[in-house]
Amino acid sequence: MDAATITSWMREINVVVRAERDHLVQLDAAIGDGDHGTNMVRGFEAVDLAIKGAVEADGGAPPGKLLILAGRTLVSTVGGASGPLWGSALRSGGRVLGDQPNFGGGQLVEVLAAALASVKDLGTASVGDKTMVDALEPAVETLRARLAEGVALDRALEDAASAAETGMRATIPIQARKGRASYLGERSVGHQDPGATSTALIVRALQKAVGQGS
Amino acid sequence: MAVETRNMRKFLNDPSQVVKESLAGLAAAHSDLVRYDAAAQIIVRKDAPKRGKVALISGGGSGHEPLHGGFVGMGMLDAAAPGEVFTSPVPAQMLAATKAVDGGAGVVHIVKNYTGDVLNFKLAAEDAADEGIKVTSVVIDDDVAVQDSLYTAGRRGVGATVLAEKIAGAAAESGGDLTTVTDAVKRVNDRARSFGVALSSCVPPASGKVIFELPEGEIELGIGIHGEPGRRRAALGTASEVVDVMVEAVVSDLKAKRGSKVLVFVNGMGGTPLLELYLVYGEVDKKLRKAGLEPVRNLVGSYITSLEMAGASLTVLELDEELIKLWDAPVHTPALRWGV
Repeated sequence: MDAATITSWMREINVVVRAERDHLVQLDAAIGDGDHGTNMVRGFEAVDLAIKGAVEADGGAPPGKLLILAGRTLVSTVGGASGPLWGSALRSGGRVLGDQPNFGGGQLVEVLAAALASVKDLGTASVGDKTMVDALEPAVETLRARLAEGVALDRALEDAASAAETGMRATIPIQARKGRASYLGERSVGHQDPGATSTALIVRALQKAVGQGS
Repeated sequence: MAVETRNMRKFLNDPSQVVKESLAGLAAAHSDLVRYDAAAQIIVRKDAPKRGKVALISGGGSGHEPLHGGFVGMGMLDAAAPGEVFTSPVPAQMLAATKAVDGGAGVVHIVKNYTGDVLNFKLAAEDAADEGIKVTSVVIDDDVAVQDSLYTAGRRGVGATVLAEKIAGAAAESGGDLTTVTDAVKRVNDRARSFGVALSSCVPPASGKVIFELPEGEIELGIGIHGEPGRRRAALGTASEVVDVMVEAVVSDLKAKRGSKVLVFVNGMGGTPLLELYLVYGEVDKKLRKAGLEPVRNLVGSYITSLEMAGASLTVLELDEELIKLWDAPVHTPALRWGV
């Protein structure tokens, strides 16, 4: 994997959040304030543009630098909670790769683990709080475990994306303990968390991007 | 662009430009008091930075007007950083605001307790500190509808924000240092409690859809300021019955000493006329006196809103002589003006 993998991951995210925008807005309107879809579209549109610009200006930008650029762009365009959370996540992930031009499956796990750690640190959330962590943590753990078992990267990413989707659906019956949905108390039960939903989309986009490259 | 849906008729040119165009209009209407820095998307007091004065900034999602841009001016905020509708601003806005108003005596960030606001302000404060500006932050969390526990993001910041901006703004205008002004914000937050009720939902311009449907005869109790549903739904009673719920929620949590002087803030959510807000004030005033409190100052009107939501919130602030003095001090902003 290389810079092109990151470029196509970000492009895939842009495509999918745009396609799912109304769904994300609907989920957020039920237990938040209905802006999650709009915010994610605004952010990843800007990321796509920024990365295109960086690739044109400097065809040799390494993958880690592209992730850091994506993170910075999210912090500076999204606002809300998802801007700083995804922004810090991608920046932390990018730092893992430094200036190296290529990376393998093992390092991809470390990138995602660093992203997860920064989300948990900044948002002080754990699995079961009904947040994006409920989708991201199982994805990272699944990817790590499957690669350790010797499963091929494509297959392992497929399982990681499924694990994120399972985690996303598992947010439905639980009561939110973090973020705006927590203000609703018991009324947050029965609704799928919008942040976990967009996170599952982002992991699925990664699986597609890596699949295209191979 | 035609902007009409089944649920919405709004004055818009382009829904994605609503915040920018509104800020430009605010600055055009009040060019004697504020200027709009369009590139940074901030509203700045015309005469900022004031050398030696502690500066106050606040910010948050738009859709709560006049909060915060309408409170920029003499005796209140030095700058406001408005985000998209119901979305916290980005750190670069708060950093630009902080730099635009720093007069060397430090800058106080007044932050409403929402995860997004807290995170973005935190990043901005770190950047400002890196640039050598002294910044303190106070998080406002006065909404008694939310339990402050490990199981929530904590209480929301609502009506007390307006009172804190006025009172701390007066403290800064009268020459208070960074600690004094920061403490003024904290004192207001410590001694104020709020509770809100919605009679309707509201329609964010970007989606054009109501956030929730409220069946006929029902209201939402314990709402915040983002059109979100409240803690529970109840049957719409008389004004007196609804106010009973609001007063009970606020008074039982505030636990003010009997005989305390209080400031009563009856706030409209955007779609409730003053006719009804004064009716509510009358009920609140009676019930507070019955509960042994003495309303000596008040603010009645729509100051921290949720777009066109119908409804009201009640904030009660326990006063002392110094807070009364700071409240009475002159203020000259687009939305609050007295003593000048």
